[in-house]
Amino acid sequence: MTVVLTSAARQEAQPVISGVADCDIHPSVKSMADLHPWLSSKWIEHFKSYGSLRNQHYVTGAAYHKSQPNASRRDAYPPEGGPQASSLAFMKQQLLDSHGIALGILNPLVPSQGVRNLDHSAALCRAINHWQVECWTSKEARLRASIVVPYEDPEASAAEIRFWAGNASFVQVLMLSRTSFPTGNKRYWPIYDAAAEAGLPVGIHAFGNSGLPITSAGWPSYYMEDMVAHAQSSQAGLVSLVIEGVFERWPALKFVLIESGFSWAPSLIWRLDRNWRTLRSEVPHLKMSPGEYIRRNVWWTSQPIDEPENATHVSDIFDWLGWDRIMFSTDYPHWDFDDPARVLAFRTSAEKRQQFFRGNAHHVYGVAA
Amino acid sequence: MALIDDRQNEPAAQRIDCDIHPSVPNCAALFPHLDDHWREMSIVRGIDDLHSANYPDNTPLTVRPDWKPAHGRAATSAEAIAGQCLDPSGSTLAICNCLFGIQTLYSEDLAGAYAKALNDWVRTEFLDKDARLRASIIVSLDSVEMAVEEIHRCAADRRFVQVLLLVATAQPLGKRHFWPIYEAAVRYDLPIGIHAGSEFRNPPTPMGWPSYYLEDYVVNAQSFQSQLTSLFCEGVFNKFPTLMVVMLESGWTWLPAHLWRMTKYWHGLRMEIPWADRSPAEVVKDQIRFSLQPIDGPGDVDQMRRLMDHIGTDDLLVYSSDYPHNQFAGADVFHETFTRDEIRKLTRDTPLATYPRLRSASS
Repeated sequence: MTVVLTSAARQEAQPVISGVADCDIHPSVKSMADLHPWLSSKWIEHFKSYGSLRNQHYVTGAAYHKSQPNASRRDAYPPEGGPQASSLAFMKQQLLDSHGIALGILNPLVPSQGVRNLDHSAALCRAINHWQVECWTSKEARLRASIVVPYEDPEASAAEIRFWAGNASFVQVLMLSRTSFPTGNKRYWPIYDAAAEAGLPVGIHAFGNSGLPITSAGWPSYYMEDMVAHAQSSQAGLVSLVIEGVFERWPALKFVLIESGFSWAPSLIWRLDRNWRTLRSEVPHLKMSPGEYIRRNVWWTSQPIDEPENATHVSDIFDWLGWDRIMFSTDYPHWDFDDPARVLAFRTSAEKRQQFFRGNAHHVYGVAA
Repeated sequence: MALIDDRQNEPAAQRIDCDIHPSVPNCAALFPHLDDHWREMSIVRGIDDLHSANYPDNTPLTVRPDWKPAHGRAATSAEAIAGQCLDPSGSTLAICNCLFGIQTLYSEDLAGAYAKALNDWVRTEFLDKDARLRASIIVSLDSVEMAVEEIHRCAADRRFVQVLLLVATAQPLGKRHFWPIYEAAVRYDLPIGIHAGSEFRNPPTPMGWPSYYLEDYVVNAQSFQSQLTSLFCEGVFNKFPTLMVVMLESGWTWLPAHLWRMTKYWHGLRMEIPWADRSPAEVVKDQIRFSLQPIDGPGDVDQMRRLMDHIGTDDLLVYSSDYPHNQFAGADVFHETFTRDEIRKLTRDTPLATYPRLRSASS
């Protein structure tokens, strides 16, 4: 009997290694009141009256309406109530236990970074960091946290990093991709300096809102365009980091591009290197080609994995960037979740799977295997 | 230096260069084509030059060193283009895409007057002087109505073969208020050419203005990616199934990764855009083409062949020299990468299939 493999059937069963590392998990607050233990009454009252001022038009929610509530899986509501990923017990059951995840990196997207009132932003970030420790990492040994920083106030961000530096719960400094100035701009260098001093990677997660349109041609119409454009936005951020000389200034500082896609990276590196050769007199501070810096300083998380008709095309991208560069992530509880059992739709060696699912993350985040 | 290795082509072959750039020396050169009011305004107000910051005169990218004249700008005359580009490369037809910065003018009337003058200058100084030259109609998008009028006015001359837009516009190009332009383009057999460069209505990145020209130039590729997304999602290709869009100086090695991502989200989110009934890859195959230069490819020929396999078709590329821009670093890879058949396609067959008005000229 001839069986025509559909793309779903084609992604059958490769043994997932044990002890998977998931480099992008989004814990949620049940409500902003969850943060009250770590907020002064001033900020609690402020929030009640004014909310948190963001660079966008609605008081709550995102600029583009998502495809489903909280952009999250409809099966991820905890049985005891509350939004998706707001229950540690249910996250353990639905994500960590079910998928064999032994290390999970928390990247909270609770509104805080990019809040226009910089003091409010800093207060919210501090509270979220306490909340990660008290409500998540101290209760579940498989989880590690990211230091959420008020990145539009780089000095306060540096102070936040120094406050938590040395706390083993935290393995990364978290920024969002859509800062108000290009990511490599010198105004953000105090953040990178503090991260380098603390020996922590800087994770840059797609999203955020700079207040500027997500395309150089203005605001698109659809959520789909916004979702696709995070790849373009992340590319522009990486261009800025390398060309401004961030990787030259901090050669050992690791950057992780989270949920930005990665298939675009080889073409971007070719384009950067080619134009750098022509225009390098403008950027004499760069001592190596952009591609050399990127291959030294940058890692990517895998979700959302691209799914070309010919799955081996994605395998080429892994080969071109290096199997030591891409780290598995689920993006739980969001709707475009990647399942470790199905994420690699092509055959590959046990050694490469080990790197992708586990080894790279332990190396980048300095967590013992 | 030949732009394409002659050994790859039969001697009598047609070679069509789809992206060359005549330069306007200064505004005074256009004065003969401006009406009295705008000429006087230009003189009174000191409007001397609209040379765009997209290509500053002296960057190493703007003009290949051996094409740089001792004084003034390169490519300001039909003779210069013939001597430096058409004759050495053996191009039998070439499309002039003038990048003088009229799209950035804020006044609709001033922009309209300069667009008209620019198109008439190109006709007089280039099309009338060298039978191998064709041109794109330059329009400002600030007034769609005036843009359509200018297309109508120029389209009577079949040597105008395309409508030219810049990639970084005020609003995404799929938006419906631009559709009368696409309607006019289809009516007159004119593809829409989208060229690298900004109208400077939005910052080049979603995080604002970069510090270096190198960044400005590199991120043109991301602008093209977003415009492709917009044209697809808004349904331009569904509304105008015969419209051709040509991405000029866009780079194209980013295409497979971008299509994979678009297709993934089209699968997940097409409820939002129910008219998009063809996959992104099908739409590109049917209605979008890319100019050859710049080739932002790997230095390795095997990798380049793998990349062509990712693209999955050799029907998407049209040959361009990008004269006088300095874009030839990848030429060696190009010679080794493309087969004789592919080179014939991209220098002749695909341009002829893409530009209806070149077909009448070539017969």
